[in-house]
Amino acid sequence: MGPFFLRRAAGLLATLFAVSLVVFGAMNILPGDPALTILGLDAPEEALEALRLELGLNEPAPQRYVAWVWGALQGDFGMSQSFGVPVSGLIAERLPMTVALALSAMGATLILALVMGVFAAANHRGPGDWGVMFLSQIGVATPAFWLSILLVLLFAVTLRWLPPGGFPGWEDPLAAARALVLPTAALALVQSAVLARVVRSSMLEAMRLDYARTARAAGFSRRRVLWRHVLPNALVPIVTIVGMQFAGVVTGAIVIENVFYLPGLGRLIFQSIANRDLPTVQALVMLFAVIVVMANFLVDVAYALIDPRLRGRM
Amino acid sequence: MTLALAPGRRRLPVNFRIGAALVALVVGAALLSLVWTPHPPAAMNIPGKFAPASPEHWLGTDQLGRDLVSQLMAAAANSMAVALVAVLIGGSLGVLLGVSAAALGGWWEDVAMRLADLGFAFPALLFAILLAAALGPSLTNAVLAIAFINIPVFARVSRAAAHQVWTQDYVMAARAAGLGRFAITRDHVLPNIAAPVIVQATIEFAVAILAEAALSYLGLGAQPPAQSWGRMLAEAQTLIYLAPQLAIWPGLCIMAAVIGFGLLGDALRDMTDPRLSRKR
Repeated sequence: MGPFFLRRAAGLLATLFAVSLVVFGAMNILPGDPALTILGLDAPEEALEALRLELGLNEPAPQRYVAWVWGALQGDFGMSQSFGVPVSGLIAERLPMTVALALSAMGATLILALVMGVFAAANHRGPGDWGVMFLSQIGVATPAFWLSILLVLLFAVTLRWLPPGGFPGWEDPLAAARALVLPTAALALVQSAVLARVVRSSMLEAMRLDYARTARAAGFSRRRVLWRHVLPNALVPIVTIVGMQFAGVVTGAIVIENVFYLPGLGRLIFQSIANRDLPTVQALVMLFAVIVVMANFLVDVAYALIDPRLRGRM
Repeated sequence: MTLALAPGRRRLPVNFRIGAALVALVVGAALLSLVWTPHPPAAMNIPGKFAPASPEHWLGTDQLGRDLVSQLMAAAANSMAVALVAVLIGGSLGVLLGVSAAALGGWWEDVAMRLADLGFAFPALLFAILLAAALGPSLTNAVLAIAFINIPVFARVSRAAAHQVWTQDYVMAARAAGLGRFAITRDHVLPNIAAPVIVQATIEFAVAILAEAALSYLGLGAQPPAQSWGRMLAEAQTLIYLAPQLAIWPGLCIMAAVIGFGLLGDALRDMTDPRLSRKR
């Protein structure tokens, strides 16, 4: 898959370059003085000048852009204006929270969507199918943050089974897991609504093919045929959507961390906006955009691995 | 755009009827709020706070004694306005990119579609965060962010549809008659891609309503005193032990609006182009 991979990698680099230009441009070229934004309108001129010097704002924009990218490639995102520590340190400290939430939500999304989608396809045109489609219609239209509030209302306020928010730290794994249950559920329930539909329709497509009937005729059980024969062949469209879903889960995590007061990167972004901490916001937005772009790239590659016929066409 | 119903099929499809009813409800409430609400939406009445539903206040009042129904109606108007402007801006720019890509082809097609793809790298939330950090949070920035993510969607839909039109015989005839690319695009391509673009706009309307709610919930959209379902939920969350009922209604409104436009879009797609209808 040499030439295919190289072409896609070149496309990836071009996209990342464009993304970095947009992020840098929005933060540096849009009207407004970043020093003024950070320190406020009534800051003394000496303080403004000192900060401009520290942020290198007196240099021309192209030079600052190169310096920013060069630093970022080496893991140096500059100093946080509000915390007074390197941005990279802040990111390293908060990353585990976001990764844990995104991975648990993605895992739960996959399991939920596969079970619901296969169940609906197996009961095609039956009440089970209708029920799954109905739930998915509701799920697609439900904001994850509202579902979070409803879950808190039921499981934290009324039943008192789970904490309503906050994070106790990783020292106590059980408490940490309990704090992650509602955020994970809120993200996964919403995200799996879309995926379940895709699983269902590509399962239905694959079930129509001859080998499914042959496998049934050969005496394999219905369940075995569905999960072992039909599902693997229905995977190509599912994988595409999973890549897009990953982007949805990651940005969803930004929102959900703020709903549940989880100390991750999403919470850090909003604290940084409130603190007018531009270097931190710039680094975090770039980081999230890179994650989204990389997810799409990996999907394309996975696509080619699953279905070699597609390699030539890209 | 013609709504080609199959001959002999008298009743409109059920998803069209449910969708249209929900859309009529939400849009009707939004339009009505411009001239009349049961109470002024921002009128406070502290002694009458957290009132239960009554003939005076149909859904009760909030922590400042404001009438909930009036606030929900005003929020509907804001939400519809945001979605309309964002989809119009994003849709026009996207269609411009898509149609010009199909008309000109060559390197411009590559550049236009690459430009459009850039929108996929930034989910609306990230772009809104970027704008909020650079320019301060405001409803205008939320609109721009939602418009931005609409560009690639419309660019793809309109390019695919326009390519299809360009292969038609009547376009060949028009070219043979000496019509230029611009004239063909204006006279033949645009009228013939209107149906898929309008269908997409209806679906994107639902997406925009969801995005506006999330941005306003996070404080990146509607700023006080503007009413917004998302902001009402953010306030209700802080009062969840005191007045849990306040966290229910704005969410139901978002859901009704999103399901309404989503169903309507699906139904219009099935009706305008039966080939695209999802296999059920």
